Amino acid sequence: MKKYTDTGKKDTRSGFGAGLTELGKTNPDVVALCADLTGSLKMDEFKANHPERFFQVGIAEANMMGMAAGMTIGGKIPFTGTFANFSTGRVYDQIRQSIAYSHKNVKICASHAGVTLGEDGATHQILEDLGLMKMLPGMTVINTCDYNQTKAATLAIADHDGPVYLRFGRPKVANFTAADQTFEIGKAVHLQDGSDVTLVATGHLVWEALLAAETLHEQGISAEVINIHTIKPLDNKAILDSVSKTGCVVTAEEHNYLGGLGESVARVLSQNHPSPQEFVATQDTFGESGTPAQLMEKYGLNADAIVKAAMKVIARK
Amino acid sequence: MSDTHRLHDLVTQVRRDILRQVHKVNSGHPGGSLGCAEFFVALFQEIMDRKSGFDMNGKDEDLFFLSNGHISPVFYSVLARSGYFPVDELNTFRLINSRLQGHPTTHEGLPGIRIASGSLGQGISVAIGAAETKKLNKDAHLIYTLCGDGELQEGQNWEAIMYAAGNKVDNLILTVDYNGQQIDGSLDTVLPMGNLKAKFEAFGWDVLEVKEGNNLIAIIDGLNNAKSRTGNGRPVCILMHTVMGNGVDFMMHTHAWHGKAPNDEQLETALAQNPATLGDY
Repeated sequence: MKKYTDTGKKDTRSGFGAGLTELGKTNPDVVALCADLTGSLKMDEFKANHPERFFQVGIAEANMMGMAAGMTIGGKIPFTGTFANFSTGRVYDQIRQSIAYSHKNVKICASHAGVTLGEDGATHQILEDLGLMKMLPGMTVINTCDYNQTKAATLAIADHDGPVYLRFGRPKVANFTAADQTFEIGKAVHLQDGSDVTLVATGHLVWEALLAAETLHEQGISAEVINIHTIKPLDNKAILDSVSKTGCVVTAEEHNYLGGLGESVARVLSQNHPSPQEFVATQDTFGESGTPAQLMEKYGLNADAIVKAAMKVIARK
Repeated sequence: MSDTHRLHDLVTQVRRDILRQVHKVNSGHPGGSLGCAEFFVALFQEIMDRKSGFDMNGKDEDLFFLSNGHISPVFYSVLARSGYFPVDELNTFRLINSRLQGHPTTHEGLPGIRIASGSLGQGISVAIGAAETKKLNKDAHLIYTLCGDGELQEGQNWEAIMYAAGNKVDNLILTVDYNGQQIDGSLDTVLPMGNLKAKFEAFGWDVLEVKEGNNLIAIIDGLNNAKSRTGNGRPVCILMHTVMGNGVDFMMHTHAWHGKAPNDEQLETALAQNPATLGDY
């Protein structure tokens, strides 16, 4: 098995902030908009370095999305920053008409996604955002797994022409991908070779899938692990190549099982290679207050849950 | 000023274009379109500094954004008659596979359109974004936008109105089509809007009123006045008093023709009140 090392826990939102800081220096067209959450989104450094390219819009996300669409006209590349809940559900129609349908080059950058937002509770913990965003024609949807990958993705989306939803989170989590990685939109990252089951994970669940693979290995089960950082466009080939070999799959995501990564994988498999699948995801429920670790355990979003799902799906082969 | 006789002829022709577009497909929004014919002709023929041809980025030229996208018939007519696309294409309004969708869109690549609109309340935000980019690009050209009066019931407008004043977006001219009507009736019966002038002023805008928004000379003067007030630290708003359905007697002073097309007989009557000037498409 390949060995992955946590080089020190870091929050993915800080990876976004670091990427934005770098873009500020390298790409004069990049502008940033924020709806009164500059510190939470780690946009302070960009703001300090480039005050003329930073737009504080106040607590007014709808206006922020419309402004971002307008700013593309004349060649700017706007990055909007707020929590995932306020980046999607609150402003769905603004994104739909002014950004997606109008095909504007806006990067919607969303922090505090999922239950790991923690103590603030369900009003702020969106578990539906991947579904909302992937249903929009032309929208690229990315959910990164750690600090390094989030930084790399932030840099990559600036070079991509078209609207992007970039989802990341609040808690400090394992940082295990390479600091010097190149992020390729739509290209899955193969993390472990295996033959008995495929674990397809996104976001914070990727590290949990690696831990699960180690546990399964100790029990004599060989698990292939794939990091799907891009939910749309989905790397169909990576999924089909792996599942044709292993014969079953567990999908893992910090999102409702309706509308998330799992359903996208199920669609690819049902059309090409029908196979048993188990879903590690929230079960059509809202979240609640608690620590991130408590919530991940309560809602079945950790390595233990992935191990159990793997056993179950292997038995169904 | 250009030959005003020519501009008046164009207004009449635009009215005919509006009526014929909606009649052909028995759908669309003639009332608000007719009320804004003078505004569109003034803006595109007299006021805006436009480059020939169209590119999305619109650098070094004035830009216009339509927020109340349902008045697409007047927008399409004036765009076509200003050279953005062939006038004959007005024949395809609302037909399948057309670039002239029911509400304007960039999706089909129609020259002259820079944003989709139709779901209301979004245009001022887009215009502010484009205005901020003009400033970043050191481009001294102006951003124009039009919204409906009833449309101001959407909350996003007030986020945008607050932002524009608070951030001194003074290269922006918003015109409100103040016709007093919306789908379900008059503004006062649906949701009274109070004193719009006082509202905009309280938010920090420089507001001027054009009492005769269907008088071509009055709207040209109003737009020139607004232009002269840009660059002074405040966004500029024109409250443009218009009559919905203007130019067709039975469509005027009522909300009934907001989203209803004339039948054959009504079209004939309406066209007779507006004899062809520049030639029908």
